[in-house]
Amino acid sequence: MPATLFDKIWSSHAIMARPDGATLLHIDRHFVHDGSGNAFRMLKEKGLAVRRPDRTFATPDHYVSTLSHDLASINEPHRRRVVEVLEANSKDAGLTLFGLSDRRQGIVHVVGPEQGLSQPGMVLVCGDSHTATHGAVGALAFGVGASEVAHVLATQTLWQRKPKNMRIVVEGTLSHGVGAKDVILAIIAQIGAAGGVGHVIEYAGSAIRALGIEGRLTICNMSIEAGARAGMVSPDDATFAYLHGRPYAPKGADWDAALAYWRSLPSDPDAQFDREVHLDAAEIAPMVTWGTSPEAAAPITARVPDPATAPDAARRDSIERALAYMDLKPGTPLAEIAIDRAFIGSCTNSRIEDLRAAAKVVDGRRAVIPAMVVPGSGLVKAQAEAEGLDAIFRRAGFEWREAGCSMCVGMNGDLVAPGERCASTSNRNFVGRQGKGARTHLMSPAMAAAAAVTGRLTDVRQLPTRP
Amino acid sequence: MEPFVRLDAVAVPIGVPNIDTDQIIPARFLWRRRRDGWGHLLFHDLRFDDGGAPKPDFVLNRDAYREARIVVADRNFGCGSSREHAVWALYDYGVRAVVAPSFGDIFFNNSLQNGLLPVVLPAERVAALRAALEQSPGSRIAIDLEPQTVTGPDGVADRFEIDPFRKECLLAGTDDISFTLGHHDRIAAFEKAYEAGIRWL
Repeated sequence: MPATLFDKIWSSHAIMARPDGATLLHIDRHFVHDGSGNAFRMLKEKGLAVRRPDRTFATPDHYVSTLSHDLASINEPHRRRVVEVLEANSKDAGLTLFGLSDRRQGIVHVVGPEQGLSQPGMVLVCGDSHTATHGAVGALAFGVGASEVAHVLATQTLWQRKPKNMRIVVEGTLSHGVGAKDVILAIIAQIGAAGGVGHVIEYAGSAIRALGIEGRLTICNMSIEAGARAGMVSPDDATFAYLHGRPYAPKGADWDAALAYWRSLPSDPDAQFDREVHLDAAEIAPMVTWGTSPEAAAPITARVPDPATAPDAARRDSIERALAYMDLKPGTPLAEIAIDRAFIGSCTNSRIEDLRAAAKVVDGRRAVIPAMVVPGSGLVKAQAEAEGLDAIFRRAGFEWREAGCSMCVGMNGDLVAPGERCASTSNRNFVGRQGKGARTHLMSPAMAAAAAVTGRLTDVRQLPTRP
Repeated sequence: MEPFVRLDAVAVPIGVPNIDTDQIIPARFLWRRRRDGWGHLLFHDLRFDDGGAPKPDFVLNRDAYREARIVVADRNFGCGSSREHAVWALYDYGVRAVVAPSFGDIFFNNSLQNGLLPVVLPAERVAALRAALEQSPGSRIAIDLEPQTVTGPDGVADRFEIDPFRKECLLAGTDDISFTLGHHDRIAAFEKAYEAGIRWL
């Protein structure tokens, strides 16, 4: 019977079924971070040990200072403590830890693929909703809560009901200045923030194939913003080339065996999906959000929507509420909205290709507002410095920081001030997400860079050619 | 985990779609431990002004809803971050059930792990329940897990669906880990066979 990538991974990890239809899944990789302390505590309270320390990898990311990776530089005792607790838990349980002094430290969803820990055919989980990121290499990866983290620590398994298959096909060629972030924002704008609930999304089509792995990581990362717990892309030669030679990728004869297995994983041509959505790549423009849900996204050429034209009362209320919080007037061209600050980073957009795209826009220009770049890992930072990107950003007046989640969620103290408007490459524009009263506009690294150098939302395609 | 059998309580309507977990519990509180208590932080920035005083216009601050143990919400409640703290905040405040047309997937699972019952009903019925609660603030809703019914202030009972295993766990107040550990042999046998095939793990 023809099967999807998701079906194949699901059935190869099914240990047993309960009479009600839930399946006990084997977990290949479990990533933990500095927000996992409560799960370790639950385990201890039950007197249980970590079942598979060899399959569990830890790195601190949410609470780390981006000014310095000296532990002592985390001034607030409660933040320093959660990082210390992760280190202690990792040591006690014998987990591999990419700690603060390790160049491999970074945002957990950047580190996994970068180290070759995330591989096709795997089931990966992490106590973070952006775990779907790892699906870009052809894995089933999803976020779980603290109780489920504790369950995986104790048993290396998880009970799940099988979600439905959904395929989102993006065919054609993306225009100049349009990238992975614009594609995923366009998808969410089309299907809505709950459009993928109960489904695993497979992203397919020539535009997704052409993106390369880093772009696919960006797309899969925001699956949860479309309501889907997991997003994935069938592995192909680009996936294999990306993984080859990475520290935890298979080597020698194991590589050949792995490759043969991985080539059997892509969805069969006649596999059935419960739902299909199609987008034309050529029609996607650089996207920005104007509201307080990622579904409130529009092409930069559009205007702030008018609640009066909403199809129903509920929709009208929701637009009115969003515009009140965002302090925007209906009908304002998006490209006229003044911005106070720019943030380039997060598990969505902090990889080397993101930084290159932003640096290309910034090169030879000056930021006219406070702007910062936070690389996704110590290795991304080192690579960017080897390429001279840090110098481009610094010359333009950007801050160049250490790796971490930073201003995407502000748990380390990197906050957007109340009332401030931020051009951000992160994944959520929720009320108060980047700080109490903060106003977030989501966009691509190139678009955030353009906003930083003009001080307003800007169509990166319209920036004048440099002298 | 406390068993959930039957709940007859004041219900509070929160008729805003896409209430994300950042609104239920802002990220700046997440460093705290489970046992530290979370109820006073529920909906913190919606509930309190900058000086920490309750905002009179927020629904939970209205006298009629002070004893609310049920939230009647709108679509995609609990979307966003996987933080289980969102469930802990609701639970510690006293909420034992949320009725909505749909939920964020991770929040839904997290709720079941903590004895908080997420109930899915059709959007029209949920809207009617909210309207009834707004019309007579302080009205009660009854939720009966055994027959899987929600009875509104109008006396009309609707049946809801729930995974039978989750239902058993809620009725008995048991969690997953001990159940799974009971299947240790099958897990170990699976791992052995699996790792013989995927040698490079």
